[in-house]
Amino acid sequence: MATVGTTPEITNLGGQHMVLNMGPQHPATHGVLRLVVEIDGEVIVKIRPEIGYLHTGIEKTCEAKFYQQIVPLTDRINYLDPLANNLCYCLAVERLLGLEIPERAQWIRVLLTELSRLNSHLVWLGTHAMDIGALTVFLYTFREREEILRLFEAVAGQRMMTSYFRIGGLAMEPPPGWFDRVQAFLNIFPEKIDEYSNLLTGNPIFINRLKGVGYLSGADAVALGVTGPPLRASGVDFDLRRDMPYSGYEKFKFEVPTSTEGDTWARYVIRLVEMRESVKIIQQALDGMPGGPIKAYAPKIVLPDREQMKTGMESLIHHFKIVTDGFPVPAGEVYQGIECGHGQIGYYVVSDGTAKPYRVHMRYPSFPTLQALETMCKGRLIADMVAVIGSIDIVLGEIDR
Amino acid sequence: MILNPTLPDRQAVLEQMSDHPAVKAMLDWSTEALIDAKFEFGELTVTVAPEKIREACVRLQAAGYNFFDDMTAVDWQPATPRFQLSYHLLSHKFREYIRLRAFVDGADPVIDSITQVWPAANFYEREVFDLFGIRFAGHPDLRRIMMPDDWEGHPLRKDYPVEGYR
Repeated sequence: MATVGTTPEITNLGGQHMVLNMGPQHPATHGVLRLVVEIDGEVIVKIRPEIGYLHTGIEKTCEAKFYQQIVPLTDRINYLDPLANNLCYCLAVERLLGLEIPERAQWIRVLLTELSRLNSHLVWLGTHAMDIGALTVFLYTFREREEILRLFEAVAGQRMMTSYFRIGGLAMEPPPGWFDRVQAFLNIFPEKIDEYSNLLTGNPIFINRLKGVGYLSGADAVALGVTGPPLRASGVDFDLRRDMPYSGYEKFKFEVPTSTEGDTWARYVIRLVEMRESVKIIQQALDGMPGGPIKAYAPKIVLPDREQMKTGMESLIHHFKIVTDGFPVPAGEVYQGIECGHGQIGYYVVSDGTAKPYRVHMRYPSFPTLQALETMCKGRLIADMVAVIGSIDIVLGEIDR
Repeated sequence: MILNPTLPDRQAVLEQMSDHPAVKAMLDWSTEALIDAKFEFGELTVTVAPEKIREACVRLQAAGYNFFDDMTAVDWQPATPRFQLSYHLLSHKFREYIRLRAFVDGADPVIDSITQVWPAANFYEREVFDLFGIRFAGHPDLRRIMMPDDWEGHPLRKDYPVEGYR
């Protein structure tokens, strides 16, 4: 049996150093993050993140569920980008099953994942600006976020925990008029981004709090496993959507913004540009939305339509079998990576050929990115740490799982 | 979706994928380094002996797999060796994931830490230590990360009940 150490105190405090405990209940930590910070005056010497306060054992729970029952669990991990979680899990299982997803379902998935990215970035922008002291932006971004949540509600029946993507396609066809509502949102949204930008980009206080703060070099970002906007802000031009496309992303045209500044300001600018690029992708998805089914034809895996289930004996049997017994998935292991709002998600699914996964492991971007916090904050002031935590867009639910 | 051909074993991989940078890096190192390999679902899996894991990471990093993406374990109880460690490496250059595996025994599971190669592995190894009870030799700060310090057992082991011990 492995020996277990206890949480060590920071010892050998040389001269004037002291230990400051920040969190786990602290408004600037975006959840229940506890940071044990060694400081010299106001200057940070060492940061030790203590996590696990939200650990719910989702990976263990997955082993006791049927494959289709895991989709709602994935929502709860990163509650700001629920559809990206659904997508990554579904893609992983679909690869094991060898399912081919109809084009329409893929396009709606792309459309909704990008809306979900906007949702994630809006919450980030509002809370990040609020941490810095610009309270107004929060009200503005949550106004638009509300509209996105209404779109999710219309399509999935749930505002935040959507569970709309299912293994083999989508839960149901979007309601009539839904695409027009998305279009109406897109028509006004670019102006709103200008509005946020007008409030912040030229604001001298905001600039002084962000510029040159929390520098992370490209080499450090790669070594520490940082992904997503912080990686691209450090000059590493890599985005899974463009470089290893999934779910039909290769059919969309968009730019991947990068910067070599590597500071908090660069991460802010990159996310603003990413929002504009997401708008472009959603517009292309709306314009070119193909027709056809929204579920793969696989009666033993995908639930039948409600109407068929009530009229066809075969469909009724399939429905009963899927719900009570699940469906076996061929033995094997896959690792599926996708790009969500914060960075790269990875789902590692190991199947032993039964209807329940043998092991599901989720890689979420905030977990490794938290390790880079010390590198970014060392030698800087306590107040800068708050700006840096905001800029890496941390979600504690995905760190602890 | 393009269905990739499946190469089920080491022999097939060596015959058909000897040009692959990861396979090449392993063969250049030593002919025995690769104890198993397969290509399934469009992913290459290479298995090395547990005592060679750190060297394998150094070799693969030099071969272009510059990014440590993920690392976890699988408990195959009651099979021996009991634990499978899966490292997922990403190459920004080749735009590809590969899986590096090593198997360790259940009696006293221990494997070399790869934090010297990728500092990013620090939290991941602590997580595997916490939830599986596998120790990492040479890890700078090996202690529980998710569970409380005084927790008994390792929850992701297969002999640990889903509801916990009551």
